[in-house]
Amino acid sequence: MATKASRSAARIMMAPAVILLLGWMLVPLIMTLWFSFRVYLPLRGGDQGWAGFDNYIRFVTSSAFWPSVQTTLIIVLGVLVITVVFGILIALLLDQPIWGQGVVRILVIAPFFVMPTVSALVWKNMFMDPVNGLFSHLWRFFGAEPVSWLSDASLPSIIMIVSWQWLPFATLILLTAVQSLDSEQLEAAEMDGAPWHKRFWFLVLPHLSRAITIVILIQTIFLLAIFAEIFVTTGGAFGTRTLSYLIFQRVLESQNIGLGSAGGVYAIILANIVAIFLMRIVGKNLD
Amino acid sequence: MARSVTPRRKLINTTIAWAIGLLIFFPILWTILTSFKTEAQAIAAPPIFLGFEWTLENYRVVLERSDYARFLWNSIIIAGLSTLIGVAIAVPAAWSMAFVPSKRTKDILLWMLSTKMLPAVGVLYPIYLIFIELGLLDSRAGLVVVLMLINLPIIVWMLYTYFKEIPGEILEAARMDGATLPQELLYVLTPMAIPGIASTMLLNFILAWNEAFWTLNLTAVNAAPLTAFIASYSSPEGLFFAKLSAASTMAIAPILILGWFSQKQLVRGLTFGAVK
Repeated sequence: MATKASRSAARIMMAPAVILLLGWMLVPLIMTLWFSFRVYLPLRGGDQGWAGFDNYIRFVTSSAFWPSVQTTLIIVLGVLVITVVFGILIALLLDQPIWGQGVVRILVIAPFFVMPTVSALVWKNMFMDPVNGLFSHLWRFFGAEPVSWLSDASLPSIIMIVSWQWLPFATLILLTAVQSLDSEQLEAAEMDGAPWHKRFWFLVLPHLSRAITIVILIQTIFLLAIFAEIFVTTGGAFGTRTLSYLIFQRVLESQNIGLGSAGGVYAIILANIVAIFLMRIVGKNLD
Repeated sequence: MARSVTPRRKLINTTIAWAIGLLIFFPILWTILTSFKTEAQAIAAPPIFLGFEWTLENYRVVLERSDYARFLWNSIIIAGLSTLIGVAIAVPAAWSMAFVPSKRTKDILLWMLSTKMLPAVGVLYPIYLIFIELGLLDSRAGLVVVLMLINLPIIVWMLYTYFKEIPGEILEAARMDGATLPQELLYVLTPMAIPGIASTMLLNFILAWNEAFWTLNLTAVNAAPLTAFIASYSSPEGLFFAKLSAASTMAIAPILILGWFSQKQLVRGLTFGAVK
């Protein structure tokens, strides 16, 4: 159906978006790559020449590197487990006939629309403050010693805050998937006497597997990059320095651009590994 | 897979669902309630849930003290303009990919998606440097451009999935009747595409409003939006729970209302059409 004229028109219409994104991707990427091979300290002498792979080696051998990788993994895995498990449970619950379903849905989804700085600060102060936070009141009520959440249990606290933000996303996507499940199949299994856990394991879970994979991949990409939640709560202290926060500190706080850029290249490679899997699924869906 | 259940079962499900819903919503509810308390009531032990004297004092203080209007205006301008410009660039691109697909279309779409995966921190310094060189640091124009670019892939994708749903036969019929390309775009496609475009704009406005990496790192005073305004409360002075709550409530209220309308688009927009 496409004529030659409409083909060239299509190309022209596509051009602005493609050119802009190409520039947005290539220019900073090439600069980061370039800086990563330089000794570049803007506040202490500027660009001091070629560094070879020194920055790459120094970044991974610095004492802060492995703890930051560990922190990143704990936060990402913790949030993934919590959001996927509770997301499935809440999705299955919301799929049942209940009164006021629409309202409950809105209540569950609401946290996703709260800006990261607000949710982090509300949790930090009004819930996790060791003196005046709601948790400290609750702890005292049960006769326990209040916990200094963000310093003594910093990682669980961050995981809690971030999970609260991302649970709506997981729930909503899994709910969409649950709703497309064939109810006749389930009823048939029920009539054949399959107990609920078998129905869940052999019918519901396989049906959800694609949605679960998508939730995991998309969240991983966003979770690898969480920033504001750490920036306004601990500022990277108390063992909450993730890989991306470490890079941020190297670049903007200690102004060691070469080192930070090498870290940035590692982060880009890491994100791309996850992205490849996501693209495969999304790409299959396009055909 | 909703099925009919006994009333007793429905009652139990309803109770559990409401309990979970309220538990998840509680931090937001608590913030809104606290914003109407005095600072003393906000930290009272045991906490006061509803039995306090409602006051608008915190809102008055926040509005007076912090030049709130400027932050709000920055948020509106940055989120609004970046969305409008993004859609203006994305509509032609999505249109051509949906209706004049070539064998490269799929690759281009996936490549666009891949730019979204680029970790911001990896390109922080280059962008920072470019901003300094061009005098864009702490300017609304700079942030509009950056937020437009980071959301452009999502905008193109969402529009593409919406356009795909418009039957191509209608366009062909219009063409047979002698409609030119601009006419086809304006009179046939646009009316059918408006709901999709509106949903796309809504979701991207929300995403831009809440963006908290570039808005925190590329602004200082002049262009700082609400995300940065709230972040300034991270170094507290004295009693501030009630004021923090008032500021937070004002920052999230408009988006909570918009978000309510965009539930459905959320799934489509953030899964790139992989879950519908």
